[in-house]
Amino acid sequence: MSEEWIEVGRLDDIPRLGSRVVKSAEGEIALFRNSNDEVFALRNRCPHKGGPLSEGIVAGKRVTCPLHNWIIELENGVAAPPDEGCTPAYPVKVERDSIFLMLSPASAC
Amino acid sequence: MKERLVLIGNGMAGVRALEELLKLEPDMYDITVFGEEPHPNYNRILLSPVLAGEKTIDDIILNSREWYEEHGITLHTGDPVVAIDRAKRRVRTDSGVEAPYDRLLIATGSRPFIIPVPGADLDGVIGFRDIHDVDVMLEAAKHYKRAVVIGGGLLGLEAANGLMKQGMDVTVVHLLDTLMEKQLDKPAADLLKRSLEARGMKFLMQAQTKAILGDKRVESIRFEDGMELQTDLVVMAVGIRPNVELAQQAGIHCERGIVVNDTMQTYDPRIYAVGECVQHRGVTYGLVAPLFEQAKVCANHLANLGYGLYQGSVTSTKLKVTGIDLFSAGEFHGGEGTEEIVFQDPAGGVYKKIVLKDDRIHGAVLYGDTIDGAWYFQLMREGTDVSDIRPHLLFGQSHLGDSGHGGVNQAAAMSDDAQVCDCNGVCKGDIVKAISEKGLFTVDDVKLHTKAGASCGSCVGLVEQILADTLGGDYSAPEAKPLCTCTDFTHDQVRAAIREEHLTSLRQVFDKLDWRTQDGCHVCRPALNYYLIAAWPEEAGDDPQSRFINERAHGNIQKDGTYSVVPRMFGGVCTPADLRAIAEVAEKYEVPEMKVTGGQRIDLFGIPKEQLPAVWKDLSDAGFVSGHAYGKAMRTVKTCVGSTWCRFGTQDSTGMGIELEKLTWGSWMPHKFKLAVSGCPRNCAEATIKDFGVVGIDSGWELHIGGNGGVKVRATDMLCRVETEAEVMEYCAAFIQLYREEARYLERTAPWVERVGLTYIKQHVVEDEVNRKALAERFRRSQEIAQVDPWKQIAEGTERLGFMPLKVVGSN
Ligand code: SRM
Ligand SMILES: Cc1cc2nc3c(=O)[nH]c(=O)nc-3n(C[C@H](O)[C@H](O)[C@H](O)COP(=O)(O)OP(=O)(O)OC[C@H]3O[C@@H](n4cnc5c(N)ncnc54)[C@H](O)[C@@H]3O)c2cc1C
Ligand code: SF4
Ligand code: FES
Repeated sequence: MSEEWIEVGRLDDIPRLGSRVVKSAEGEIALFRNSNDEVFALRNRCPHKGGPLSEGIVAGKRVTCPLHNWIIELENGVAAPPDEGCTPAYPVKVERDSIFLMLSPASAC
Repeated sequence: MKERLVLIGNGMAGVRALEELLKLEPDMYDITVFGEEPHPNYNRILLSPVLAGEKTIDDIILNSREWYEEHGITLHTGDPVVAIDRAKRRVRTDSGVEAPYDRLLIATGSRPFIIPVPGADLDGVIGFRDIHDVDVMLEAAKHYKRAVVIGGGLLGLEAANGLMKQGMDVTVVHLLDTLMEKQLDKPAADLLKRSLEARGMKFLMQAQTKAILGDKRVESIRFEDGMELQTDLVVMAVGIRPNVELAQQAGIHCERGIVVNDTMQTYDPRIYAVGECVQHRGVTYGLVAPLFEQAKVCANHLANLGYGLYQGSVTSTKLKVTGIDLFSAGEFHGGEGTEEIVFQDPAGGVYKKIVLKDDRIHGAVLYGDTIDGAWYFQLMREGTDVSDIRPHLLFGQSHLGDSGHGGVNQAAAMSDDAQVCDCNGVCKGDIVKAISEKGLFTVDDVKLHTKAGASCGSCVGLVEQILADTLGGDYSAPEAKPLCTCTDFTHDQVRAAIREEHLTSLRQVFDKLDWRTQDGCHVCRPALNYYLIAAWPEEAGDDPQSRFINERAHGNIQKDGTYSVVPRMFGGVCTPADLRAIAEVAEKYEVPEMKVTGGQRIDLFGIPKEQLPAVWKDLSDAGFVSGHAYGKAMRTVKTCVGSTWCRFGTQDSTGMGIELEKLTWGSWMPHKFKLAVSGCPRNCAEATIKDFGVVGIDSGWELHIGGNGGVKVRATDMLCRVETEAEVMEYCAAFIQLYREEARYLERTAPWVERVGLTYIKQHVVEDEVNRKALAERFRRSQEIAQVDPWKQIAEGTERLGFMPLKVVGSN
């Protein structure tokens, strides 16, 4: 897997408190932008039953899965208690309004 | 340096205030707690079951010593505070420990009242207040036989029951001729007495204690009339006195209790007080529910939030004697301007009395059958007008249409393996276990830990009952449920603020109402977004990120992440060209499945998100608009064939259906909203289970409201009959607008109609013509903005890009 930064889009391509998806050979990666304009990247599969996290409601540094309302931490992909589980998080950074993503997970699950 | 907070009194109210504070501001204070008792905080309420041998001390610990450690709280137990120095802002304990404070919280509870008769200080004479008292009683039960309990109130009877369970021969001595006179009227008290006697409890009524006799330990008790009764133990349960000496010595203003204002501050603004030691607006409380509310308000102020206000509480009681069902709330003695409804079956051991005043429940006493206690209490607290349900009131909630309140009557009778939450497969046993093991107090806690009630919510009523059953007197439904955990405000309060303060964006709501979270959460955001656009259709912009995915993607998300597409077919009527166009779209995009829906429309399933705009574009070119099958919105108007073809038809139901759908499509609602029009009373379109149903009759139209065909079936109530099509339109628009403006988010018309009453709706929509017209006009205005087809808008605008992947990348 590649350890290099790939430019995937502009910050403004993602609405505040919204999400967009990057498709990769390993599957979809969801990019989230919160109200402080921080960007996070998670594998787009809920640890519960694989729900698309990109379609959830983002608040603070968390997203609520649209299928059964598990709450997932954007920073590390871990489900908030009492639920248990996690989904891989990817390194992501914003430089001069461009978003860069690395395709090898920062946190394995 | 952090501010220092000192708590005096390591009991239920004080520690609850700390818990609430830690939720809001975990790191704001250095906290020190002083407790007179040698234990960490425990559930005092459950001392009765401990005495009865049904629970152990370990079972009733609420906060272990580890809890204090984890939260960095310094705890001193077994060391009462003996002085408060307000000038130096310092407290001192019996053993000489001193602690400075910036803010002080007094929660010293109360002390049992000991009747000042000779001999009251003998060994074997005690009150019933803490673990020590219970230990003394349990020890006495081991060595002695006879016990007298003075006081036939709640506490006295629980003590007597416990001692009896420990094998003692117990006599209850009471000053009056009615047991529990503060909670019961005479008939209920007599039933109670009879059933306690049947268990072996003895009573001495209208007896006044004169002296307690004995050498070192109590040997007998003498009454005013000279009679004497031999005994080895005397428990005084004749009332409690707020524990105010410490505060008084420090010069804090006290009357019966420590006087506090609505923010739980004493006359010294650095010093707060909560719990039984407090007097608020002239009232002292002796039950935990109001104390927990005080704790919450106090925490809110300690956290410098400053918007919580305590305004007093209405309380209810239950007796925790296993096998005896008793419930009492409010002002049950009647009096001027009140009416009583009574059900009495002495042989069956059932007595129910409801006191009404101005068509509202003023008080209630239930004996033998308390199943509806929680329901009466709720009606009472919310001040619901009960004139509509008055004939059924005594027979309980199960005799009403039962939409939404799922099974209030079943909880106690259910076996542990009976499934409560059908969505998440949670059984009663799981819930009971979570409540007792994890120490849960609220429905929200249960939802979080078990997921019961977390999905469709239809079992929440049942969960509430199980909570009440499991916790016993410990539980009282919270006064008013906050909208979500981000705020203490209720739906209604938030709505009122949006209207009165003219708030037009989520940000303004968060700021004005001091939301606890920066962005809200998935529960409050959709609700707030709806309230904003419903209140200010012209000004408030819609916030797509605050909508559930279905409303953002304008389709129903499926379990594999694809979507369904349901084009609108007005009144269910279609042409061959319409069908052909849909068929072509289905073929072109290789739609995996098509189906005719229960709402008379056609559904295309399995469409990936990025394809949605293209599908919409084609449908929109063929003249279709979105069917909103995904939204908290106006859904469909179901119709029957009607007089155009049907041999029984009296009216053109399809034509009417089309007009109604044209009027209402695109409208956002508190919950989904369905209509139907039938051409005659045979009612083939099932109009009587719809939110708004129309049935053709010879002379015009019958209008029905509040039906529901979903989780709990509820047949509609008849609103009225009208003659013309124009009237149908006007009444429909007015009813919808009233619902849009007043129902809580995610409250469908069925539970809403039951909550506010049919009379209320008739007053606003039928009887008051001016109001009806105004409502209808407001609806039309909001429709001018709402009736844009989201599909066309997205398919043709830049928004469609949001449906595409941001980028497709290879990994090697
Ligand atoms: C498609 C359809 C079934 C079908 O194939 O026939 C359907 C499908 C769903 N229904 Fe329904 N309901 C459908 C007609 C009904 C009906 C019959 C009717 O409308 O006449 C009812 C009972 C009538 C009623 O609502 O009172 C009905 C009562 C429900 C309920 C229970 C509502 C309640 O208040 O108790 C839910 C759950 C909810 O809304 O929370 C629900 C929820 C759903 C959801 C949205 C579940 C979900 O959240 O994913 C399903 C979406 C499937 C999809 O992806 O499209 N559906 N659903 C029907 C679409 C009607 C339409 O043309 O728009
Ligand atoms: C047997 C029994 C059954 C009950 N059943 C019910 C019921 O079914 N439902 C219900 O709602 N309520 C019930 N109650 C009432 C409920 O327990 C009280 O309302 C509640 O505990 C009061 O909380 P509090 O914090 O004000 O006082 P407490 O819980 O009494 O806490 C006060 C604490 O402060 C300590 N203290 C006092 N002075 C000092 C000092 N100077 N320094 C340090 N510490 C001090 C005391 O030792 C005590 O531990 C029952 C009470 C009893 C005794
Ligand atoms: S309700 Fe039945 S009978 Fe009446 S018009 Fe419709 S189809 Fe005909
Ligand atoms: S798949 Fe995410 S919560 Fe179930």
